[in-house]
Amino acid sequence: MARVEASEAAAGAGGRAGGSVDGIPLGRRVVLGMLGLGAAGIVFGKAIQDRLARLLSPDLAALLPSGGRFRIYSVVGFLPRRSADAYRLRLDGMVERPLDLGFADLTGMPATALTRDFQCVTGWRVADVAWRGVKVRDLLDRAGVRPEATALRIHSFDGVYTESLTLDQARRDDVLVAYEMEGKPLSSPHGGPVRLLVAPMYGYKSLKWLDRIEVLDQVVPGFWEKRDYEIDAWVGRSNGRSDDPT
Amino acid sequence: MGAATTRPDRLERFDRAERNVHWWSAALVGVCLLTAAALYVAPLATMVGRRSLVKDIHVASGLALPLPFVVALLGRWRTRLRQDLRRLNRFDEHDLRWLRSLGRDPWIERGKFNAGQKLNAAFSAGALLLLLATGSIMKWYSPFPLLWRTGATFVHDWVAFALVIVLIGHVGKALGDREALGAMTGGTVSRAWAIRKAPRWLAEHDEAAAGR
Repeated sequence: MARVEASEAAAGAGGRAGGSVDGIPLGRRVVLGMLGLGAAGIVFGKAIQDRLARLLSPDLAALLPSGGRFRIYSVVGFLPRRSADAYRLRLDGMVERPLDLGFADLTGMPATALTRDFQCVTGWRVADVAWRGVKVRDLLDRAGVRPEATALRIHSFDGVYTESLTLDQARRDDVLVAYEMEGKPLSSPHGGPVRLLVAPMYGYKSLKWLDRIEVLDQVVPGFWEKRDYEIDAWVGRSNGRSDDPT
Repeated sequence: MGAATTRPDRLERFDRAERNVHWWSAALVGVCLLTAAALYVAPLATMVGRRSLVKDIHVASGLALPLPFVVALLGRWRTRLRQDLRRLNRFDEHDLRWLRSLGRDPWIERGKFNAGQKLNAAFSAGALLLLLATGSIMKWYSPFPLLWRTGATFVHDWVAFALVIVLIGHVGKALGDREALGAMTGGTVSRAWAIRKAPRWLAEHDEAAAGR
């Protein structure tokens, strides 16, 4: 490398003696080299990122751009907060008996524990997150869904965010109303005191700060789904992504 | 240039077109970084929120980033800019010696830019092109293979991370040499500064003025 540079520098000096723009075009090479590395990074970046996430300690990973940690997203200009004491969950719409439950009503119902990877559609994935909550199916059965109903519209108490699920999707064993994460009460940044967890789908389906579940006879696209995200958001089979299923 | 003959103690270092490119680009990069921080840094992201709006601003300012440069290169006012781009691209013996000694070799005669400034320019250009390319893949991902979106996000994150560090150095250096910074705000430097910081450029400058 050094020899090539020296000979090119000599050639450059011989070609244009005395001028201000002699020398080797190192600037252009730096730019082209970066573009080459970047192209390789686009193609192999996922493999590198997965390896980094395994190699780095969680503390270090939190400081560097890498994939293995939660990123906190909110679509409104604040972090929605509600205490467990003040918390209410409403389930209404096409049901026989609308529900209005407090936090203790939820924790008093049969609980389901679930440990699954959490995959965001923007690329990050957190391995083996432990959740605890109530199956949405149990809530639906308690309210008595009317036969003409086909879908749920789910509302956040941030006042803006909504999500959608078909009734079939909502009745899966791995779709929860979650109130615990990693053995602790669900914190506000993670959607506490109560959030939705749709384990087999991308993170945007797992609506945070759960306020209300509305039973309808049609699917109404949610917040991101009106902005081109897919409604049936199975991990690895939607949104143009090929992640391992969660 | 006229400036040298009318005010011989001041030399024009950057003309109006170059300064415009610099400050418009700096403003757009600034908006990109602020919105990126609001999307990416967890405490800020929860404070600012409004992801949809912040994302749109980030994308718009990112896509606009090449505009000042492209407009400057299209017009009649491009002569100086092109000349300086050639200077930034070429590394001569003095520059290579600068790189080997990290600027400490006392026998280096610096031209208009030292090798560190040249590397900074090349790195920034490469980084901005990469951010533009990977950002575009993230935004318009459907025509690309599935894995590229994650790969593009990965490259986007790391390049931005490196660019922030280099930018901190760039701003720090500028604040450490008010006269160099003054060249980018007012356009000129003193002869005394040029003797200390860019003697070969001063010689070229005087040669050209004498030959005219």
